[in-house]
Amino acid sequence: MNAHRVAFAIMVAALLVAPLIVYPVFLMKVMCFALFATAFNLLIGFGGLLSFGHAMFLGTAGYASAHAAKVWGFAPEFAILFGTVCAAALGLVSGLLAIRRQGIYFAMITLALAQMIFFFYLQAPFTHGEDGIQAVPRGTLFALVDLNNIWAMYAVVLLVFLGGFLLIYRTIHSPFGQVLKAIRENEPRAISLGYDTARYKLQAYVLSATLAGLAGATKAIVFQLASLTDAHWSMSGEVVLMTLLGGLGTIFGPAVGALVIVSMENYLAQLGAWVTITQGIIFVICVLAFRRGIVGELARVLRKPL
Amino acid sequence: MTEIFGIPVQAFMGQLLIGLINGSFYALLSLGLAVIFGLLNIINFTHGAQYMMGAFCAYLLLNKTGIGYWPALLIAPVIVGATGVLVERTMLKRLYNLDHLYGLLLTFGLALIIQGLFRNEYGTSGQPYAMPQALSGGHNLGFMFLPNYRAWVIAASLVVCLATWFIIERTKLGSYLRAATENPALVQAFGINVPRMITLTYGFGVALAALAGVMAGPIYQVSPQMGADLIIVVFAVVVIGGMGSIMGSIVTGFGLGIVEGLTKVFYPEASNTVIFVIMAVVLLFKPAGLFGKER
Repeated sequence: MNAHRVAFAIMVAALLVAPLIVYPVFLMKVMCFALFATAFNLLIGFGGLLSFGHAMFLGTAGYASAHAAKVWGFAPEFAILFGTVCAAALGLVSGLLAIRRQGIYFAMITLALAQMIFFFYLQAPFTHGEDGIQAVPRGTLFALVDLNNIWAMYAVVLLVFLGGFLLIYRTIHSPFGQVLKAIRENEPRAISLGYDTARYKLQAYVLSATLAGLAGATKAIVFQLASLTDAHWSMSGEVVLMTLLGGLGTIFGPAVGALVIVSMENYLAQLGAWVTITQGIIFVICVLAFRRGIVGELARVLRKPL
Repeated sequence: MTEIFGIPVQAFMGQLLIGLINGSFYALLSLGLAVIFGLLNIINFTHGAQYMMGAFCAYLLLNKTGIGYWPALLIAPVIVGATGVLVERTMLKRLYNLDHLYGLLLTFGLALIIQGLFRNEYGTSGQPYAMPQALSGGHNLGFMFLPNYRAWVIAASLVVCLATWFIIERTKLGSYLRAATENPALVQAFGINVPRMITLTYGFGVALAALAGVMAGPIYQVSPQMGADLIIVVFAVVVIGGMGSIMGSIVTGFGLGIVEGLTKVFYPEASNTVIFVIMAVVLLFKPAGLFGKER
């Protein structure tokens, strides 16, 4: 537990100091993706369920909050809340279908459902197709704080990220999280002990979808944009990559993975297709030789769970 | 009769034909996935990229060496199949003792690399590939115009699918294969080289994808992304059919192609999503898939 506290304190301190050195908008992007990846990791790392369609939650929440803020004139807090609720609802419906199969099938089903949602957004008029919803107003939080001030926005994103992170941390270390781990390790055994495993898996799935949605909704307000990129399957692949690189089933891994991948995309952006190629190479290396990921390896060296 | 359900018969038949063509590719690709999954327990995410490689292989053979469509139909699958064998020998082989999900992640990474490399070289726009002389033109069947090349694609993929079914279900080699799917250790104990069989099976599945790619070249354009979205639809096809049976993959592939074509006639907005909707309905009532067995 102590190692977790120290690591958490370091992370918070870094996020407080970093905007003085690094471009704050970049850091906000990192935090949104870190929350997204941490939510995803709840499912794969602790429930053993590989979702290959998590982009649908990021994209849905982004569109919902952008639409609410721009067209309906919602205040930012309600726009984000609305986006998150939409992602949760989608999580419930898609979860009910997906948890009917396991393992590889679960991955294929979530991927196919996400592709269906993607095509819906491609055609639906309110998303403005390839253009996306642009110029979303950031608005005034609680009618008090003007979010066009970059520091106010940064503080909000920081709080959202830390709040989501702590919620996931609590979930993992609660009795619920323990049952989830038991299901991952040996589902028949968990069933024989009387646990309704389908319900646990569904709850984990919906929680993961909700927090992925929170990340997507916040991201839409920060960047004042909701676009098809966030709903595309390559985004689903990216979050898998972040989590894998950072360390499956570690607490801090997904956030570290998100930092690395987002930085890489930022600095390699001019190189076009090389970003995809590099991502592919990282996938292959991680699977073949680096399955613990960055934080997993670090934890092994330090002999402390991280 | 000039109308069916209020739709001009020409348009109806035209979409039905497009549906059958798409169905041919769904069937060939899902068959390859099913064969690979049966023995390797890996879902080959690279399948779409390998289909694209087949098409590019034919395109390059024509433009760099002047080798035409007919030899390419044989050469491209062999070349791409050989790269598949290489992948299996150097990478996939190391994953058999791990969770099956790692195979999915590895092949996904490989697909990103392959598609990225081709995009670097050829951009995102498609390259045209001329159809062979012998199959240009078409026949007027009275109620519709049937291009020869499309008729050939449907017939050829049907023959290839049925031949694959025959090899696996009715020959001695196929019985080894099916036995190794059930219990590899026991089959190995009988003196059959199971690792080699696994390698060749992967190569064969990949070659099927490449063959589909060569046949797709003249119909769709040859482009680096041609397999990327297709593979997701094929995954849905596989979930609907269930991977338990070879015949199941073939029937589901063609059937869903037709359903998709007809959706284009009656409700075009849903034509992109209809297969996914069917998948959701099938999951509700028969989670193991139409032809699948729970295991």
